Amino acid sequence: MTHAISIDAVSKRFASLQALDRISFTVEHGEFFALLGPNGAGKTTLISAMAGLSRADSGRIRIMGLDTVTETRDARMKLGVVPQELVFDPFFSVRETLTFQSGYFGIRRNDAWVDELLHKLGLTDKANVNMRALSGGMKRRVMVAQALVHRPPVIVLDEPTAGVDVELRQSLWTFVKELNAAGHTIVLTTHYLEEAEALCSRIAMMKKGRLIALENKDTLLSRSAAREVSLQLSGELPASLRPLYLRQQDGRHILALPDISQLERVLGELRLAAVEVRELTVHETGLEQVFVKLMHGGQA
Amino acid sequence: MYSFVTLLKKEILRFWKVGFQTVMAPVLTALLYQMIFSHVLSQHVEAYPGVSYTAFLIPGLAMMSMAQNAFANSSSSLIQSKITGSIVFLLLPPLSAPAFFGAYLLASIVRGLAVGAGVLLVTAGFGLPLPAQPLWLLAFAVLGCGVLGALGIMAGIWADKFDQLAAFQNFLIMPLTFLSGVFYSINSLPPLWRGVSHLNPVFYMIDGFRYGFFGQADVSPWLSLAVVGGCFVALSAWLMRLIVSGYKLRH
Repeated sequence: MTHAISIDAVSKRFASLQALDRISFTVEHGEFFALLGPNGAGKTTLISAMAGLSRADSGRIRIMGLDTVTETRDARMKLGVVPQELVFDPFFSVRETLTFQSGYFGIRRNDAWVDELLHKLGLTDKANVNMRALSGGMKRRVMVAQALVHRPPVIVLDEPTAGVDVELRQSLWTFVKELNAAGHTIVLTTHYLEEAEALCSRIAMMKKGRLIALENKDTLLSRSAAREVSLQLSGELPASLRPLYLRQQDGRHILALPDISQLERVLGELRLAAVEVRELTVHETGLEQVFVKLMHGGQA
Repeated sequence: MYSFVTLLKKEILRFWKVGFQTVMAPVLTALLYQMIFSHVLSQHVEAYPGVSYTAFLIPGLAMMSMAQNAFANSSSSLIQSKITGSIVFLLLPPLSAPAFFGAYLLASIVRGLAVGAGVLLVTAGFGLPLPAQPLWLLAFAVLGCGVLGALGIMAGIWADKFDQLAAFQNFLIMPLTFLSGVFYSINSLPPLWRGVSHLNPVFYMIDGFRYGFFGQADVSPWLSLAVVGGCFVALSAWLMRLIVSGYKLRH
């Protein structure tokens, strides 16, 4: 059984910078996978290596079982990449851009699919407009269409919503979700963590060229100590609860709740110490907190 | 194969859409050269027996314009794509190195020939005869544009900014094309400069191209063909290796 993407011990160095340090993971068919990390973590370098835009110093990458170095041609036919930078050829219209892009993949007479892409991405009325005349969000949509002209089973979107307004972002995600539902494997990098949280089933986090987390989204979120309870008490916090103490905020004690079942223990200890709870709030925290914690060196 | 055809079509359309700048402008420049030089030097001795200076000048100007525009086509297209980043759309598909090289090269040749045809058309009235050796003429036109188109690909891939490309163009291509016997027969030069001219491949392009019109030239057309053809083959082979290696294109 092949994987949609298989990355095996991939390393890449630029002068003194170790951009990728023995990265290994797989993405399964039909997954909606997030690749997260701060700027400079190596996400784009990894995507470039997958797409053949850069060459890994060592390790192997396979797309749908095809080696990106020895079976370059076939591997590239299976992969659609939406690059991070907003780039376009100013000489041509939207339709010309997509027709040429189809031709580079060796596809003639792709008009029906190009029309469908234009329609799905809300570009039909811009088909004959020069690329220069489009807004940033519209250009981004054309880039998505360019990545899909050859109907690749694996689609990589490198920060596709950077600089895109809310409405466009929503319609883009609707379209990408449709592609995923139709069986396409999606890999997404984004700075909007709520997008990854809402869309992706599995999440990889990178930092300084290394993979520091790779989990199902739910596992990652539940493994984190990111759930907190805020308590306003009638007296002092009992010593037995000190290990959970995080900080004091607006006269309230904030405690970490590694697990929601710990709440019972907290309340039990308070009862035992005869301290009355005047106010209690549990904060369900999300991916952002997990992300921040991991990036600052802590274990989730 | 279809990817090659697509890239070729795109490259031709790219310069054609800005035809005023890429074809008409160099034709007009050549016409101005022709008018000024033929006015100033019409009393100049015949370059070859029976060939007036005014007629002699035309093939040289045409070849010089072809060479400069073939170079400009591939180099400017590549550097623009690199600087704007849109070259990524050529690097993501499975476009082979021969298709990539061939399409840029052929588009350069097409632009060179279009400019050359334009120059000959507007300057023919200054006394250009019908070609004595049309096949030689065509061979040197195509090969000359090919060499400069290939050099343009090299410069476009090598240069990281417009400034570097301008340096390549102004300090290498311009002197090579101007000091190649466009405006004079190198037989009129002192021995030292005649010797130096023989080291310039553009001289052989122009000399061979002239042979196509007048049936006479400074050196044998076979020698010119060997030099220009040899340059073309060597440059192409080297460039193919460079593109396959991903030099400056894939990091």
